Amino acid sequence: MNAHRSTAFAAAPEVPALPDSLLDAACRTTLGAPILLVALAAGAQVTSDQLVDAAVTPENWLTYSGTYLSQRHTTLDRITPDNVDELELKWVFQAASLEAFEATPLVVDGIMYLTEAPNTAIALDASTGRVFWRYQYDPSTEARPCCGRVNRGLAILGDKVFMATIDAELIAIDATSGQPAWQTTVADPSLGYAMTLAPLAIDDKVIVGVAGGEYGIRGFISAYDVDTGEEVWRFYTIPGPGEPGHETWEDGGDAWMNGGASVWLTGSYDPELNLTYWGIGNPGPDWNPAQRPGDNLYSDSVVALDADTGELVWHFQFTPGDPYDYDSVQIPVLVDLATEDIASEKLMLWANRNGFFYVLDRTNGEFIRGEPFVHVNWASGLDESGRPIETPQGPEAVTYPGVQGGTNWYSPSYSPNTELFYVTVWENYGTVFRPVEVEYQPGRVFGGGTLGGPIPGAANLPGFGLQPVNNWTDEVGNGAIHALDPRTGEQVWRFPTTDISHSGILTTATDVLFTGSREGYFYALDARDGTLLWRERLGGHGMNGPMSYALDGEQYVAIAMGMGLFVYGLPE
Amino acid sequence: MNTHESIGGTVPARLLARTLGLGLFLTLGGPAAAQQHAGQYDQVDIEYGAQIFAQRCVVCHGERGDLLPQANLRSGTYRNASSDRELSRVLTDGVPNTAMVPTGYTGSELTALVAYLRNITTYDPSAGSVALGDPARGRELAEGAGGCIYCHRIGAEGPRFAPALTNVGARLSAATIRRILLDPTGAMLPASRPVRVVTEDGEVIVGRRLNEDTFTVQLITQDERLVALDKTALREYAIGTESAMQPYGEIFDEAELADLLAWLLTLQGFQR
Ligand code: HEC
Ligand code: HEC
Repeated sequence: MNAHRSTAFAAAPEVPALPDSLLDAACRTTLGAPILLVALAAGAQVTSDQLVDAAVTPENWLTYSGTYLSQRHTTLDRITPDNVDELELKWVFQAASLEAFEATPLVVDGIMYLTEAPNTAIALDASTGRVFWRYQYDPSTEARPCCGRVNRGLAILGDKVFMATIDAELIAIDATSGQPAWQTTVADPSLGYAMTLAPLAIDDKVIVGVAGGEYGIRGFISAYDVDTGEEVWRFYTIPGPGEPGHETWEDGGDAWMNGGASVWLTGSYDPELNLTYWGIGNPGPDWNPAQRPGDNLYSDSVVALDADTGELVWHFQFTPGDPYDYDSVQIPVLVDLATEDIASEKLMLWANRNGFFYVLDRTNGEFIRGEPFVHVNWASGLDESGRPIETPQGPEAVTYPGVQGGTNWYSPSYSPNTELFYVTVWENYGTVFRPVEVEYQPGRVFGGGTLGGPIPGAANLPGFGLQPVNNWTDEVGNGAIHALDPRTGEQVWRFPTTDISHSGILTTATDVLFTGSREGYFYALDARDGTLLWRERLGGHGMNGPMSYALDGEQYVAIAMGMGLFVYGLPE
Repeated sequence: MNTHESIGGTVPARLLARTLGLGLFLTLGGPAAAQQHAGQYDQVDIEYGAQIFAQRCVVCHGERGDLLPQANLRSGTYRNASSDRELSRVLTDGVPNTAMVPTGYTGSELTALVAYLRNITTYDPSAGSVALGDPARGRELAEGAGGCIYCHRIGAEGPRFAPALTNVGARLSAATIRRILLDPTGAMLPASRPVRVVTEDGEVIVGRRLNEDTFTVQLITQDERLVALDKTALREYAIGTESAMQPYGEIFDEAELADLLAWLLTLQGFQR
């Protein structure tokens, strides 16, 4: 038993350190010691300053993507390329849910905060996996998410954790007791609104966005007061009449009102610029741009919002008037990198579902470069402003990348050590798009077409199901991990896999890259050259991204595979 | 030890398209070959759907599908569904508190019913089915000239090397089965591809692939053993792209193919 665990961590500035005398007293009474220490840790506050400085407490994992910069990189260095093959399983948490396990846990001073689909929040001991509390929220049966009743995790700030629900409620839960503190209705689930993302807490607000791009919603990002749950600001991802950008819905009619532009992954934040960056989903109806002529701002864009007011500071659109469902919800990865040919050091790296890898200046949204990272035939390249030079393939022809994209929601990673960007990729994967005119009906799928694979009759879209057998044709494509150089946009190495993957990526200060796969492996590559270092067969699909934390100076890596969260560490 | 590269003596030679383990081998992850698609819904599925509709839906919906005013299936839109997926769900789950009760259809039946419903106004029931014939004659062909049972197992009988046909009529859509009969190589599922490996100590193993991942492959050998191999420990590893089955359009005429297809669709396993 880890009686002295809490002393190993730097206490939050606001929390007075426990006097040594009291600690000693607690440890002398054998029964009292563990109880007191657990209570201490669970009561710890997370201040907004701690979130800003998350990188200096790598023993904690404080946001969905690790830090506001969303690099999914840990500076913990106990696990190295030399000892990674000694990793052993420490504990497993088994979810009581058959939905995809897409949540990334948070860890704060030895307590792990996790969600189980659809909307159960759980606090557990990060050293044993034993549960402190569970708060189960039963979402309304009106909820109708397109793609599973999933949840990607929590945000933490102050003494609360925040959960965005599948029926579009935002719930604040007391981190110590597991009891709800407030609940706010964000949108109407009967119209297809849902929330699947982990919220982002900044300063005194908690920020969320709404999913439902397949149901004719009008997307938005909104911020709520952490203490009261009151809405502070709301940014519509489709500008209304009179607002700049509204003219990009050229039909002149109602297309903008049901134009989608959902938000279903957590944004990033640059505290110096006070800008929060969010990726925006596809325009609706999917696949049938004829019903919504124009560029359809801010679908398939990244928007930079003033974190205090929600005002738009800049935007960059990746796929104007998208016919392919190339949601641009990928995690905005913020990187400070000095390069010879780029004036700004404040960059944003983005491997987009549309198959291009972009480097943007995150101070103003200027396009720096963009290169295809997979086979792309819907555009021949990008012009100097970053706009695609489109080459539509025509009826019954195969478009690359296919509807699931060159990559998708899987968290990428950036390592300041190697200065490389790492992303989960679907290679040589295409789709035949068949647009169909559809009528908007509230709460109904607003699909706008059907899809086919390149091989008629064969399994084409590698499904999200849990089938243990890899059963599609090799011609339909394969998975891979790519290492991309932001200085050139070029691939430095690739690690191809037979099946595709939905897993995110973690890199470490010691150049170990961790990822999972649909094949059921949790594995480690050398981040410098892509060499396989270690693999462990866990037998379920990897649907979240691995993360890392430390207890008593020992480093742990956690990944969800199948229905379980598996936690690995080095032998004692 | 197994070094034979053909399927053995029991299959009449004329039925063998080519010997296993020879011919074209695929480069993993190679570019996809674009193929033409005949349109959104296959004629074969539409005809199969019409057949099921006649048997199971006309009692309530009428021969033309427009008997129920609240659910006129010829109107082009549905109150309870817009996408094909939603339409399938209505057929499976029914409409609560109405005579449209939940019913367990197989995947092939759902594909067919949706294809038919989407084409109900243009389909002419009096023309009869061209693609679907007489299942009894189909069975005779399978056991006789077609020789299907020399390679395929049905229920508890027959060889195991080729995939069992026991529930093929539930598993694969009518259009997919027809495509397999006409072009087995083009329609071959990855889990069915012939694999030829040479192990580090020189053993040659030829089998049909059942499953594969980045590091391992699982197969059934010609002598019906299940074998799992670590790919990193193999001297050679090749995946064939040509089916052992020959294209049946070269052996049977349209009427015979229709009989065969009708019989295959009756093979629905033991669930019902
Ligand atoms: C026992 C009678 C019965 C049978 C058999 C039956 N249905 Fe229905 N079906 C109904 C009724 C009644 C409704 C209308 C329900 C309502 O009030 O919305 C309905 C509704 C439907 C609808 C929804 C229509 C809409 O506008 O949303 C579809 C589609 C449908 N049926 C297809 C089928 C098909 C295909 C079959 C055969 C596979 C079938 N039904 C068999 C009675 C039946
Ligand atoms: C020489 C052996 C051989 C003969 C004869 C043969 N098949 Fe096959 N068949 C195979 C093999 C091997 C496969 C798996 C590889 C493939 O899909 O091409 C297969 C695949 C199939 C499949 C796809 C099964 C699945 O689950 O994917 C069907 C359906 C099928 N055969 C039907 C038939 C029918 C009907 C006949 C007779 C008219 C027949 N076969 C004759 C060897 C044979």
